[in-house]
Amino acid sequence: MSIRERLSGNEAAAIAMKQINPDVVAAFPITPSTEIPQYFSTFVSNGTVDTEFVAVESEHSAMSACIGAEAAGSRAMTATSANGLSLMWEMIYIASSLRLPIVMSLVNRAVSGPLNIHNDHSDAMGVRDAGWIMLFSENNQEAYDNLLMAHRIAEHKDVLLPLMVCQDGFITSHSIENIELVEDEKVKEFVGTYKPEHYLLNRKEPMAIGPLDVQPYLFEHKYQQANAMRNAKKVIEEVSKEFEKMTGRKYSFFEEYKLDDAEIAIVCMNSTAGTTKFVVDSLRAKGIKAGLLKVRMFRPFPAEEIANALSHLKAVAVLDKSDSLNGAGGALFEDVTSSMYVNKKQVPVVNYVYGIGGRDTTSYDIEGVYKDLMEIAKTGETGNPYRYFGVRREK
Amino acid sequence: MKITPNTPAEEMTIAGNIYDAGNSLEFKTGDWRSVKPIYISEKCKQCGLCFPVCPDDAIPVNKDQKREDFNYDYCKGCGVCAKVCPFGAIEMK
Repeated sequence: MSIRERLSGNEAAAIAMKQINPDVVAAFPITPSTEIPQYFSTFVSNGTVDTEFVAVESEHSAMSACIGAEAAGSRAMTATSANGLSLMWEMIYIASSLRLPIVMSLVNRAVSGPLNIHNDHSDAMGVRDAGWIMLFSENNQEAYDNLLMAHRIAEHKDVLLPLMVCQDGFITSHSIENIELVEDEKVKEFVGTYKPEHYLLNRKEPMAIGPLDVQPYLFEHKYQQANAMRNAKKVIEEVSKEFEKMTGRKYSFFEEYKLDDAEIAIVCMNSTAGTTKFVVDSLRAKGIKAGLLKVRMFRPFPAEEIANALSHLKAVAVLDKSDSLNGAGGALFEDVTSSMYVNKKQVPVVNYVYGIGGRDTTSYDIEGVYKDLMEIAKTGETGNPYRYFGVRREK
Repeated sequence: MKITPNTPAEEMTIAGNIYDAGNSLEFKTGDWRSVKPIYISEKCKQCGLCFPVCPDDAIPVNKDQKREDFNYDYCKGCGVCAKVCPFGAIEMK
């Protein structure tokens, strides 16, 4: 029997880490992810876990320590947010290019400045091309479940890539909701022990990691990384199926909520999906065929699958909780629209940048988007696709 | 396993990992050189000042404690040896 609890998103992540019992956790506090290493360090002090907790002096050091630990042959985890991730930037690329399956909890927050500690996705979007697998979580349950699946995906021999589990700062990380936990023993069995094929502390096989990689070689190593990312799709599918067998909770590349017979739909990630589901239900009660596609697996990006899932719609809105400041549209919008173009699915698509710096996203805002979509579905005209909601402007 | 500029990506180790030890000798850094030290043996007094300063161990010393000509497989042409030679027995060209 699973355990019924009520936990915040940060508590859920810390409990997942406790159950995983990694060899090393190196982390530096930063709002809103601070509580994860804070709770976890109490597990270390109480002897509930066998982990070596490294209280580093910066996030750059946190990621460096994780890289060292993982290269040595141990399982390493960390947690961070926003500017903490920015400070890790250099080492984020080292971790993925050295093919070290480190697992991170990223509690999404606006990257300053001006200084803001609240939720948006600008931190995650900044590392979207860094070669990390990126899973997004609507609520505490998904943040917990994604973490339980993380090592199985990241450490798979066909993958060997670091993985980050994202959840919305404060909205998810600090809100207490019901959750179903898996028993410790079952988690232990599911996650398994880490047995790397090659590692630095293997005295039977001396090895060098991260050597000089000049013109005849780096391109091939990047190609290998890209292949590993392509392989990750199949592994994520397999591990999610196995997880479903254990818990009954189904995870795919994305969740389709009343999308099958929908005429208009929203594509979004993380907690906004919860608000959107509420709005979809209320619109459905009025006979409006609204649907939702919630992206869980952002990297690798399920391009073909998303294009197919949206192909029957009359109008689509992609919501970006981060502005790419490129004069053309947000990151999720660009990924979705290019996927549709390449797969020859012609549907009017618009983009809304929203929720920046923790701006509230209400059901009225989402209703407004569906209202716009109904108009677009009627006329087929998108007008300017690069839009906003929730920002104050002159009338 | 020997990886060369002709090895396909599928056969290369991931991340450029080298599963072996003591193989820096296989990495010939001599082609980084833009200027070359020339050893003029007639001027050399075998004073022993040059080989300890070579960062690449590219000045071989024989069992009679005498230096021999440069090992150009590893000499990067930094010129430190020419600077320390009091007798002008090393010229950079």
